[in-house]
Amino acid sequence: MKFISEYRDPELARAYLDEIRRSVTREWSIMEVCGGQTHSLVKHGIINLLPEEINMIHGPGCPVCVTPLNLIDKAIYLAEEKGVILCSFGDMLRVPGSKKSLLEAKAEGADIRILYSPLEAVNIAEQNPDKEVVFFAVGFETTAPANALSVVHAKRRGIENYSILSSHVLVPPAIEAVMEDDESKVDGFLAAGHVCTIMGTLEYYPLVERFNVPIVVTGFEPVDILQGILMVIKQLESGKAEVENQYSRIVSEEGNPAAQDTIFEVFEVTDRLWRGMEVIPMSGYKIKEKYRNYDATIKFDVNIEEAEENQECIAGEIMKGIKKPFECPNFGAKCKPENPLGAPMVSSEGACAAYYHFSDLIAQ
Amino acid sequence: MRLQCPMPKLDFDIITLGHGSGGVLTNKLLDAGVFDILQNDFLDQRHDGVVLNVDGPFAFTTDSFVVSPIKFPGGDIGDLAVNGTVNDLAMCGAIPLYLSLSFIIEEGLPMEEFWEILVSIKYACDKAGVQVVTGDTKVVEKGSGDKIFINTTGIGRLHTDAQIGTAFIQEGDCIILSGQIAAHGIAVMSQRDGISFETSVVSDTKNLNFCVEKLLDKYGKQIHLLKDPTRGGVATVLNEVARDTALGIEVEQAKFPIDSEVRGACELLGLDPLYVANEGLFLAFVAADIADEVVDLLHQTGEGKEAAIVGVVTAEHPRKVLLKSAIGGTRVVNMLTGEQLPRIC
Repeated sequence: MKFISEYRDPELARAYLDEIRRSVTREWSIMEVCGGQTHSLVKHGIINLLPEEINMIHGPGCPVCVTPLNLIDKAIYLAEEKGVILCSFGDMLRVPGSKKSLLEAKAEGADIRILYSPLEAVNIAEQNPDKEVVFFAVGFETTAPANALSVVHAKRRGIENYSILSSHVLVPPAIEAVMEDDESKVDGFLAAGHVCTIMGTLEYYPLVERFNVPIVVTGFEPVDILQGILMVIKQLESGKAEVENQYSRIVSEEGNPAAQDTIFEVFEVTDRLWRGMEVIPMSGYKIKEKYRNYDATIKFDVNIEEAEENQECIAGEIMKGIKKPFECPNFGAKCKPENPLGAPMVSSEGACAAYYHFSDLIAQ
Repeated sequence: MRLQCPMPKLDFDIITLGHGSGGVLTNKLLDAGVFDILQNDFLDQRHDGVVLNVDGPFAFTTDSFVVSPIKFPGGDIGDLAVNGTVNDLAMCGAIPLYLSLSFIIEEGLPMEEFWEILVSIKYACDKAGVQVVTGDTKVVEKGSGDKIFINTTGIGRLHTDAQIGTAFIQEGDCIILSGQIAAHGIAVMSQRDGISFETSVVSDTKNLNFCVEKLLDKYGKQIHLLKDPTRGGVATVLNEVARDTALGIEVEQAKFPIDSEVRGACELLGLDPLYVANEGLFLAFVAADIADEVVDLLHQTGEGKEAAIVGVVTAEHPRKVLLKSAIGGTRVVNMLTGEQLPRIC
């Protein structure tokens, strides 16, 4: 298949693996920022093919995993108590809130719908003028343009029964937080290709300079990832720390200006709490005053008490790359996809889910 | 060729609670179409049940169909209800003969839609060579169902040479897939509210009984197991077999036949095609020495044109399914947890 099979070519993959083996002379820890890359590493068996000197550390780029517990509780509250039609991306549904998940709320009768595009939620609002429709707008910079566009569309079409429950997070501040953590041992990064499709690569230059760490913008297919790893290794082995772009077939230096304009029409940068981690300064988007009528937290009186995270879940350490999923005592035992202690076990981009579904490590 | 079956003139447009009451309206509904379109000597008796004469060992199976939407590219709930049960009988090594047919209809279903489903059922029965010999119709209040649910139960006579079961699987057996994976699940999903997308993918729903019969005629007991990977997809069947035999399974990703558009849709939605539902596909576990011949035979049938050997049964890693990825890496294929949900980005 065009643009897929080329990047899963066994010959090419083998050539990159050989070159990685030839280039590496000592141990290096590389963080792949995005959960999609983590899944690719495990799902295609790349992780078992890499030389043992290379330690892949799984980063915080799982939008579902970092969405605060309180926000999931709020979404459930809106659907159950305020009678809204709550629309969400599919893989938010299984994530545990403090009492239940959206999937359980749906089973109990709440009107919760899985959508693939937030623009569809605007259509649902138009078709149901007597109901309030809320889109659970989570994600990194990648989903922000479409979520922002839904608000722009709703306003333009005079649809007033639509709002978003937003919790957008940003990649560069997360890389900063990882590097500032004393326990962090990351030598180089594979930056998230899809995020850079929107935002470009310019944001990474100050990080490279400040932390003296190579950052290679990388795609998601096996050959992309292997090439990205090779580029990081070559930099590390020669003592360089630069921004490089492996995913140049899609990512340009300036990103997608039209998408960025849409984001900043609706959102502005703010401090944001990351589930399992902490509040990271200037690490998320909030809705601008101009669009306050489309902000579900303003539109509805939702005062939900902050609930405690499950103390047995080490999601924070997993997402900062301090621990691997199989180093958690509950992995595959008390914590399974059907009964998760935390979000990384159920998200399609969660590191724990990747290892649970595709690796052979549960028995250990 | 689809049957040309115009809907009879009726004095009602939608099905109401009264049509399930057992009284005048029920009879009107049955007389208006069900009995005529599915007509056979057994149904004509219009009795509470039916007396059948089946020789020797027979297979017996039941299945309920709740697909939403009820109509999708390549089929509808009527085709599924017949093919699903026919195929379950075929997987037992049986020649499907008779079906029961039971409807649970949500009031308000347009008669036209019900008629279309009946036509599909008739068409699928004729194609598979089975007869509906008994049935039931219930109507539930609006909101208590989702348009229409169908249950079919089937009886089939066991093929004289069939010896099918996990107990007969041996180390070294080859695993053959009869066609392309994941088409049904993607065709249905492409029509779902909220995630609909334009595609030319059609469901693979079809009866497999004649194709299976040919295999059994020629290879009999050398066909060790047949399974149709419907809900939960191929991965689920492989895991069930590994669990039940306490043997290991090795498959190769590159060998799985898959349509490029189906693959594209799976990539887009973040779904693993190994877990996506199929409705006209089977896995055959066969003795290694006949595997190539079986594939050749399948290639000559309409149902198995894309058949391929996708893996082997091994004594190593008991109870585990391992997949060799396209780039040569190895990973475990586990049982699906819950429903596959489309991802965020």
